[in-house]
Amino acid sequence: MNKQNIQLDQDGGLRHFLTIEGLNRALLTDILDTAESFTSITEQTIKKVPLLRGKTIVNLFFEASTRTRTTFELAAKRLSADVLNIDASISAATKGETLLDTLNNLEAMHCDMFVIRHPNSGAAHFIAQHAAPHVSIINAGDGSHAHPTQAMLDMFTIRRHKGEFHNLCVAIVGDIMHSRVARSQIHALSTLGVKEIRAIAPRTLIPAEAETLGVHIYNDLREGLRDVDVVIMLRLQYERMRGASLPSEHEYYQLFGLTEDKLSLACPDVIIMHPGPINRGVEIESAVADGPRSVILQQVAHGTAVRMAIMSRAMRHKIVVAGGESS
Amino acid sequence: MKLHITGGHIIDPANGLDSVEDLYIAEGKVIQIGGSPDGFTPDSVIEAKNQVVCPGLVDLRAQCREPGQEYKATIASETYAAASAGITTLCNPPDTDPIVDSAAVAALIQRRAERIGMARIVPLGALTKTLNGTQLSEMSALKDAGCVGVSNDCYPVENNLIMRRALEYAATFDLTVFIRAQDHGLINNGCAHEGAVSTRLGLPGIPTAVETVAVATHLALIEQTGARAHFTLLSSERAAQMIARAQHDGLPVTADVCAHQLHLTDNDVLDFDSLCHVSPPLRNQRDRDGLRRWLAHGAITAICSDHQPHEMDAKLAPFSATATGISALETLLPLSLKMVDEGVLSLTAAISCLTCRPARILGIDAGTLSIGAQADICIFNPDEHWILNDETVQSHGHNTPFFNWEMKGRVTHTLYRGNVVYSLQNTTKQ
Repeated sequence: MNKQNIQLDQDGGLRHFLTIEGLNRALLTDILDTAESFTSITEQTIKKVPLLRGKTIVNLFFEASTRTRTTFELAAKRLSADVLNIDASISAATKGETLLDTLNNLEAMHCDMFVIRHPNSGAAHFIAQHAAPHVSIINAGDGSHAHPTQAMLDMFTIRRHKGEFHNLCVAIVGDIMHSRVARSQIHALSTLGVKEIRAIAPRTLIPAEAETLGVHIYNDLREGLRDVDVVIMLRLQYERMRGASLPSEHEYYQLFGLTEDKLSLACPDVIIMHPGPINRGVEIESAVADGPRSVILQQVAHGTAVRMAIMSRAMRHKIVVAGGESS
Repeated sequence: MKLHITGGHIIDPANGLDSVEDLYIAEGKVIQIGGSPDGFTPDSVIEAKNQVVCPGLVDLRAQCREPGQEYKATIASETYAAASAGITTLCNPPDTDPIVDSAAVAALIQRRAERIGMARIVPLGALTKTLNGTQLSEMSALKDAGCVGVSNDCYPVENNLIMRRALEYAATFDLTVFIRAQDHGLINNGCAHEGAVSTRLGLPGIPTAVETVAVATHLALIEQTGARAHFTLLSSERAAQMIARAQHDGLPVTADVCAHQLHLTDNDVLDFDSLCHVSPPLRNQRDRDGLRRWLAHGAITAICSDHQPHEMDAKLAPFSATATGISALETLLPLSLKMVDEGVLSLTAAISCLTCRPARILGIDAGTLSIGAQADICIFNPDEHWILNDETVQSHGHNTPFFNWEMKGRVTHTLYRGNVVYSLQNTTKQ
């Protein structure tokens, strides 16, 4: 699809991590395996490896974030990198500096990797196209386009619970229209070969021609939940909602809120996921969010290892360790 | 100045001329085609063997950015670029700064172009004061000042009552209303055609209904008022079909499409290419093919450039944050000739879409080689291949997705009022 995949270097290795689209199953599996090897580090007394020692990583966030920014910072620190956090929503950008000028200034400070979140779709691609050749870009969420590290930690969580992907039926419920997480999850799930992906929402929250993404569309939650193995709930994104998409939270919860009752239609060993932050009583009942089938907090816990894996993979060509690569 | 153009393939669709003839010019006018007039001694001869000699092109929509945005381009820079592209008449939309809602601004633009003498600019006046969509402009004064039509361009008219009155008032003075068909509520911050591509890229979509709803509404008002209207920059097959139907029913409507809509689709946006960020958006293959079909059919009457030169910074941002538009004067002729190569139009039909038909829409004396007509002439080599790049581009705007494309058909001479304003041999980068 892309004229040339700017995410990959000449040998097909990861250079930037902008979107799941265009990455093959082997590469995704390699990230999951690498993340698996990193989970033990987070359980050690000294939670650090020297893989990115001497490298500088900049977290450049043009949009508010707690979970994603913190786990990126933690991941970078556990890889022994130096980390700079820039909340761009209150810095130069508000003084009229263009995105490109912000980038150029940071490049001039010899940073090696930028982790970027931006409200415009395509922002990470734009920066990758204009970044100096030695800089790697990690997309931490761009508009409604992609949030590939979130999707990878979701895949990691699914694999830990279900083992294989090929027999799974996965339902994604909620505001798919505005969700970058959903788009990245759909690409990841289809690349990893799941049996079926369902998108469940009222028609106002399903984007145009969504079936071209490879999903089956359901407008009825009960029908859509039948026999699914994994349920991924999405947050209602008020800040991206324009126009009249929904009449009320109340009606949405009645129809699309996940409750124990509706969940009984799914497979008995179903797991419940949510990229957070959750809106209790809007898209999910507390009993489900805190219940035994919920893996929501595990997702957060896996975030660090998965982001360590992605960062070390994208910097692979720059990692020189005695005896070659250690990951 | 007497000029003799020898051995060229003269194509003048307005007069049904399509043959190899000599053409003679004196005192800025075409004086004869065929045999030499008695006692004619030319001051200069242009050898046009194997070249097409046609009327200077009439571009229905080109922004020169002056007054107001001279950092993007100027009347001088863009009329020179126009001359290098065989264009001798440019129709300028009213959204300059100040807006063309007074006779003074309309006169200023024409006077600047006049003084530079590379091409004629005919302005469109604003339909409403400051394009605010609520209060009618002084259309009679605008017409007297040389405006060839009125338009609210891409700015909303507050309600249908005001649009109805505007149509009626314009018709009072026999002014054509130029309509950018957009339902502003439905656009909803969209920046790409709503479909598989916008869904994949997470870009807010602009549904086809943005255009069809507006076309339907305006057609109803045109039917009600009997006013003459021109729909500019169609992007969808469905809208073209609705206009064809209205023409069939006898409504006084015409339409144009810009050249890039005939070649690009939303697939060209797939890697967030901001050079393909245009308004109306590039739609899908079906729409592109449909536009070609309705162009061949004649319901779409003309091809324009929708020239929008920008400084490069305007395109250096994430897709939705970039300015819309393509610098398009220099690709107007080659992209239209590509329609001939691809079997959509005959050469004569393509030239007529760029000359006599747009001139008729503007109601001006241009776009023909009639004896006695002003000698605005484009001479091009239809077989020459060339590359549009930093070396060849003349416009101040380098914002075009066609950079490094191989173009076929190259202008060698442009005459404006009988003067050679461009000659490929003597070309220098402005």
